[in-house]
Amino acid sequence: MLEIKNLVKRYGKGAPVLKDLNLLVQGEQLMSIIGSSGAGKSTLLRCVNRLVEPTEGSITLNGTDITKLAAKDLRRARRRIGMVFQGFNLVDRLSVMENVQSGRLGYISTWAAITRRYPAADIERAFELMERVGIAQYADKRADELSGGERQRVGVVRALMQRPEILLADEPTASLDPKTSEQIMTLLRDLARELNLPVIINIHNVTEAKEFSDRIVGMRYGRIIFDDKPAALDAAQMDEIYAGTPSEDRQEIGAVA
Amino acid sequence: MSTPTTWRKPPFIQSPALRWLFILSVAAYVIGTIATLPIDWERTSEGFARAGRIFSGAFPPSFDRSGLMISGFMESLKIAILATTLGMILSVPLAFMAARNVSPKPVYFLGRGIFILARSFHPVIVAIIFVKAVGFGPLAGALTLTIYSIGFVAKLLAERIEEIDFGQVEAIRSAGAPFLSTMVYAILPQIMPRLVGLGIYQLDSNLRASAVVGIVGAGGIGATLANAFGRYDYDFALAITMVIVGAILISEAVSGVIRKRMT
Amino acid sequence: MTTDRAQDWARFTPAERLRRYLVMLAATVVVVWALSSIDVIWEWVWDAPIQLADLFARMVPPDPTNLPSILEATWQTINIATIATMLAILLSLPVAYISAQNTTPNRACLWIGRFILVSSRSVNTIIWALLFVAIFGPGIIAGIIAIMFRSIGFLGKLLGEAIEEIDHAPIEALEACGASRFKTVIYGIVPQVMPAFFAVSILRWDINLRESTVLGLVGAGGIGIILQGAIDTFQWQEVSMVLITILALVISGEVISSTLRKKLL
Repeated sequence: MLEIKNLVKRYGKGAPVLKDLNLLVQGEQLMSIIGSSGAGKSTLLRCVNRLVEPTEGSITLNGTDITKLAAKDLRRARRRIGMVFQGFNLVDRLSVMENVQSGRLGYISTWAAITRRYPAADIERAFELMERVGIAQYADKRADELSGGERQRVGVVRALMQRPEILLADEPTASLDPKTSEQIMTLLRDLARELNLPVIINIHNVTEAKEFSDRIVGMRYGRIIFDDKPAALDAAQMDEIYAGTPSEDRQEIGAVA
Repeated sequence: MSTPTTWRKPPFIQSPALRWLFILSVAAYVIGTIATLPIDWERTSEGFARAGRIFSGAFPPSFDRSGLMISGFMESLKIAILATTLGMILSVPLAFMAARNVSPKPVYFLGRGIFILARSFHPVIVAIIFVKAVGFGPLAGALTLTIYSIGFVAKLLAERIEEIDFGQVEAIRSAGAPFLSTMVYAILPQIMPRLVGLGIYQLDSNLRASAVVGIVGAGGIGATLANAFGRYDYDFALAITMVIVGAILISEAVSGVIRKRMT
Repeated sequence: MTTDRAQDWARFTPAERLRRYLVMLAATVVVVWALSSIDVIWEWVWDAPIQLADLFARMVPPDPTNLPSILEATWQTINIATIATMLAILLSLPVAYISAQNTTPNRACLWIGRFILVSSRSVNTIIWALLFVAIFGPGIIAGIIAIMFRSIGFLGKLLGEAIEEIDHAPIEALEACGASRFKTVIYGIVPQVMPAFFAVSILRWDINLRESTVLGLVGAGGIGIILQGAIDTFQWQEVSMVLITILALVISGEVISSTLRKKLL
């Protein structure tokens, strides 16, 4: 269970990007966050594992308040949160297996990391997951030899290697062509079910969001303005989420918009 | 079907025999060399005490004989200017000779040969030969750095000439221009910016090098430094070194600014 | 009208022309100043070509009688360059790490790193050698340390720049997995700077090979000692033998380093 309470994020002295935001994610569900660029979707996800430091508020994952953790405990907490990125964020010059195993870096000893002597259980799981997403034959290839869809599969496997309690995906399909994009979305949905894993996806493609998610959250200018089943999202609400700035918000955002 | 539980990173060298041969030979080289280096450990261990004496002798740096230092530095500057000028003048024809696209094969090889020769010898070696041939002093220094400049400028200029747009040459030639006019109208304008840039860069690097060739007797501030070292005037030597470092930093900055402005 | 304009044609505007003349004038003045005030005896200058020709005449044919000891000194020269490069590589890694903007632990470390780089780079190898010969006495150890000191600045600067240019995205991903700082360096930074690391190390080894040939002239070991000895005793035929050896050494160094670069990168 992920509970976000009164979350505020302000960069420097500017207006807040996230304004007093509350969100509860329970059980295994695939939740999509939609909203136009600059709505704060990416900042929200990055606050959850504190790649971005929240200004105020609390984020609790299964009983741990993430916002209050010091460096070492934060690393332990991050192991429980998997993340998939828009640009895949693989280390290009490492092999697929090394990239996949880097999801275990928070668990294994430094010596094992340097010498690449991974525990047998990790290797077995890596092969299982790679087999599951269809990249096992590339284990010894360099990450930059793979196509976009294959690279994102590596990214997904890396995140799953952490045995996460929740999976965050920041526009995982935005760099992919429509067909591959759909494959990755299907994969994320199926994996969420198989592993009983809550998944939060930032996504631009509303059609895909409606097709694959159990729940859709619409954000605009740092606030959640829609939160319901995909079927409930109609044209009027779409307009509100993606339309121009309403007058009372316009003053508040000022230069940030 | 069973999932593998072991995985090894594929080694950089595939064949194990070759890999071990490589590792062992590197290890053997390092151990063998370090073990057989003719090092006088006793003398070396005294070094730290000596280093203490040298550094305490060097502080504070002494600028008492700044007259000597300034004249030494000015001499370095003159050497650098003359060597750069002469070097540039000689580099242009040499570069044309060594450019594959404008000169016939034998001339090309001759040109290449000249600057490979000029580049292969460290300026200090060239300097020591010139000192023997023409005597101690700035003349040997200027000649040395001329050679040094040729090795660098002519090579890069030749590469630039090889990259030129040959269409322009053909156009001028088809207008019936003789050889020299072709060079002046079709090639020189294309390589001019590079030539000026190289000149400024070379002035900077000649100034650096002139501090060094002086150590073997080719004049300039290097000679002053070597003398100070020879007479154990470590405080004066430190002062000179500081001036050299300062001058290098300034000249690097100035030449950087000029080259940036030009492009 | 048209003909008038054609006659008035000039390549540069008057202001441009003035500037060009001023730059040329300044350049000429500087050269004339340098020429007129430099401390040379002009008779010697006119005599120089004859002297040089004379010297070269005395150098042929090269005398190979001392070849065994020349080759031994050459081997020593290679060792100085190689060992010093290896040591410098090891020492330059932490310096590069603390002097790159994106990996330095704090401001103080950044400035310490920068200071090491600048002081190492602005003092020439020969000047370092003079110092270390004074400290450790004449010999190979002074040479190794001199080359090493100069190389740390070179390697540290270029590696530091390579670290600054890495892609930050994978680092973010590794942090999100809960990797510690050190593991992030191993998995995120090291693979990315590896190509630059090899290129820079090979380049420096090539440069060090050249520099090692002159260390002996200030007493810091290698083939320079034999060269100095032969010059001091006017053994010009041996001098030319040494010069040929150096030429072969430097050219083979260049060939080896360019092959390595092509193979590895």
